[in-house]
Amino acid sequence: MSEKKYRVVGTRPIRHDGTDKVTGDARYGADIKLPGMLYGRILRSPHAHARIRSIDTTEAEAMDGVRAAVAGRDLPELADHVSDIGEVPFNLRDASHNILATGKVLYHGHAVAAVAATTAHRAEEAIKRIKVDYEVLEPVLDARSAMQDDAPLLDPTRKTRGLGEEDGKTSNIAEHFRHERGDVEIGFADADVVIEREFTTSTVHQGYIEPHNATAAVSPDGRTTVWCSTQGAFGVREQIAEICKIPISKVKVVPMEIGGGFGGKITVYLEPIAVLLSRKTRRPVKMTMSRTEVLMATGPTPASYIRVKMGATKDGTLTTAEAYLAYEAGAFPGSPVSLGAGAIFAPYRLEHVRVDAYDVVVSKPKTNAYRAPGVTNAAFAAETIVDEIADAVGLDPLEFRKKNGVKEGDRRVDGPVFPRIGCLEVVEAAAESDHYRTPLEGLNRGRGVASGFWFNFGGPAAAFINANEDGTVRLVEGSTDIGGTRAACAMIVAEVLGIAAEDVNPIVADTDSIGYTGITGGSSVAHKTGWVSHLAAEEVKQRVIERAAKMWEVDVEDVEYHDDATITSRSKPDETLTFKEVVAQANSTGGPISGEATINAGGAGPSFGTHVVDVEVDPETGKVQILRYTCVQDAGKAIHPSYVEGQMQGGVVQGIGWALNEEYVYDDDGRLMNASFLDYRMPTTLDLPMVETIIVEVPNPAHPYGVRGVGETPIIPPPAAVANAIYDAVGVRMEHLPMSPPHVLAAILGADKT
Amino acid sequence: MATVYIPPMMRKFTDGADNVEVAGGNLRQIVDGLEERFPGTREWLCDGNRIRPGIAAAIDGETARMGLLEQVGPDSEVHFLPAIGGGSV
Repeated sequence: MSEKKYRVVGTRPIRHDGTDKVTGDARYGADIKLPGMLYGRILRSPHAHARIRSIDTTEAEAMDGVRAAVAGRDLPELADHVSDIGEVPFNLRDASHNILATGKVLYHGHAVAAVAATTAHRAEEAIKRIKVDYEVLEPVLDARSAMQDDAPLLDPTRKTRGLGEEDGKTSNIAEHFRHERGDVEIGFADADVVIEREFTTSTVHQGYIEPHNATAAVSPDGRTTVWCSTQGAFGVREQIAEICKIPISKVKVVPMEIGGGFGGKITVYLEPIAVLLSRKTRRPVKMTMSRTEVLMATGPTPASYIRVKMGATKDGTLTTAEAYLAYEAGAFPGSPVSLGAGAIFAPYRLEHVRVDAYDVVVSKPKTNAYRAPGVTNAAFAAETIVDEIADAVGLDPLEFRKKNGVKEGDRRVDGPVFPRIGCLEVVEAAAESDHYRTPLEGLNRGRGVASGFWFNFGGPAAAFINANEDGTVRLVEGSTDIGGTRAACAMIVAEVLGIAAEDVNPIVADTDSIGYTGITGGSSVAHKTGWVSHLAAEEVKQRVIERAAKMWEVDVEDVEYHDDATITSRSKPDETLTFKEVVAQANSTGGPISGEATINAGGAGPSFGTHVVDVEVDPETGKVQILRYTCVQDAGKAIHPSYVEGQMQGGVVQGIGWALNEEYVYDDDGRLMNASFLDYRMPTTLDLPMVETIIVEVPNPAHPYGVRGVGETPIIPPPAAVANAIYDAVGVRMEHLPMSPPHVLAAILGADKT
Repeated sequence: MATVYIPPMMRKFTDGADNVEVAGGNLRQIVDGLEERFPGTREWLCDGNRIRPGIAAAIDGETARMGLLEQVGPDSEVHFLPAIGGGSV
């Protein structure tokens, strides 16, 4: 456990962006207003699958106030190019076809054409005048149907890839791969208890409160500036440059404050269209999505079909596990099934294991990352089976997890060996929690537990620090701040320099003003940008030591920098300088004092969490009420515990929404029927109790402060934990998400046909 | 020598072996060593001078950030996995 003492790290200062956020002064993309700015709107497909025979924008373009119209033909045709900027690699050619359809529309809401006009209302009217002639085709709306030999093909040239080779047969299965170790047949033969179930999960959306937006201004010489809401300005720059065929040096992306992303704001939707329209009109063009557009046409997380079979001896030792995962990629390949397959059995030590995974295209929006992409689906299946096996062998479910849990040196399902991890410590903390030790009483009430694992990512990052004459510093970094990372990085700088967190002013810079920084995703920022901020602060500290030596006329080796920002010299024991005094004289001792660093951070320590939930089920309606919820998670070292707790609580709430209510509802023709927050039901404060949190700290030995990413793991266990609690309450095993009242009631009545 | 773990769908090249010992100081040398012993594997893993898109090489649990130039130690484990973005696998 974490024992090192820090002065700033681990405390709870007020966040640097707090005042702007609560007063409404924070600037979001929708706040952008530029002289002569036009407004763009998009025409979207009313069909889930259709061939585009023609698009006629003549009438729209002739309208008063309409300045330009564009369609897929205005985007350059690209060669296949796989980008790895996101949590799941994706093909930029597909991304281009997703931004504006070419040849076919592949889902209800697929963008077909766009206009720019002097007002948003004029643009809205204009898109109604665009004439599109469609040949409507049969859609395919779920993975298992799409995998059939006679299924309608979204792309008649697509063949199944299997890690490096194609099988030669056209199919909606874009990819198949397998992880395998040992021999599962031996494992099942050794088992006294074998349990197998099939599970299905629905398409769900990240539900970020701020819709997508982008404003583009293209100058006559082609310099392109884009203001947008994104999880990664450099990723947006790369996508715009590739998709619009603009030299990357001519693209500047300004990341505005972001009202949530959760993985859904990594790939671009509006930005290239705004660039096309601005280039055509020579005016800035602003585009914003409505909530309906966000739900219809941005990337939700996939629906899935998962089959899990596990075996154990009667003393409760897992002998083997097998899984089959088919994830809906949406209209183009690239579901997060690789992440689900790698993580599905991660909390457990297994000698024999096999996982088959399929990435399947269907007539729905191209899926995107959503907080621990692909893993929540998988954990719902695996953790339900684990619960059932523990019950069958008569072990407490947390005792079962302790008995079979992974530790350093154990091997993951997909091969690599775990470094130091906190899986067992988290399970033990859950078992010792007040929640778990407090008996649950009452009719139709039950308690469930579940565990989760997330890989955690690193990646490239840059930081620049400039010391001001008043003893404060400016930290410039490139990671969009979604979960409080700006404060965490500032605290790390304060820790190094011995100053207060409030004396560090962090800003997230545009792509012209800081070195390349990877996306805010994969729970990477506190790790990589925290680390690079530490390195830049160390450089500032060294410069201050050198200036102090100059001021004292002593050797640099003679000077020592202390944790409280005082500086002493062995040659002058009666004299003391402070950081503030040295930087105040920076210009007279050699010029401004600054530090910069870049990194491509490895060593991201994996994260584990275990959750405990109490529910009450209404047997008359099937409604599930959450009574109490505790989230236990290994944070490595919590730089700012309040933000870690906030991440844990936020992840749990999203996971509960996924568990109980959230789903895309399509009609038989593939039209999305619930594209609003009235009909797409997310949890509110009225639905939930305060989520209790327990931070476990098993430091990541690869990071200077022991940080492990914390953002993804808490969304993983809730659906399984709630399912296990429902079983404990009313004795039915739930095999479908969401566990909404109709499904729970059907299960109770023994008639769930899902 | 490094231990190279062979993905299930690639074991047709290795007569079913799920791991093999290969000498090499970086990933390029490991891939070349594999190709020498098991012809066809390089084409399967690489697209020209880079690891094929969609595949990630992991050295001792860390994604190869420098591609084929990534250093490999004498006792390293090398895995070829479905690519995920961001870094550590």
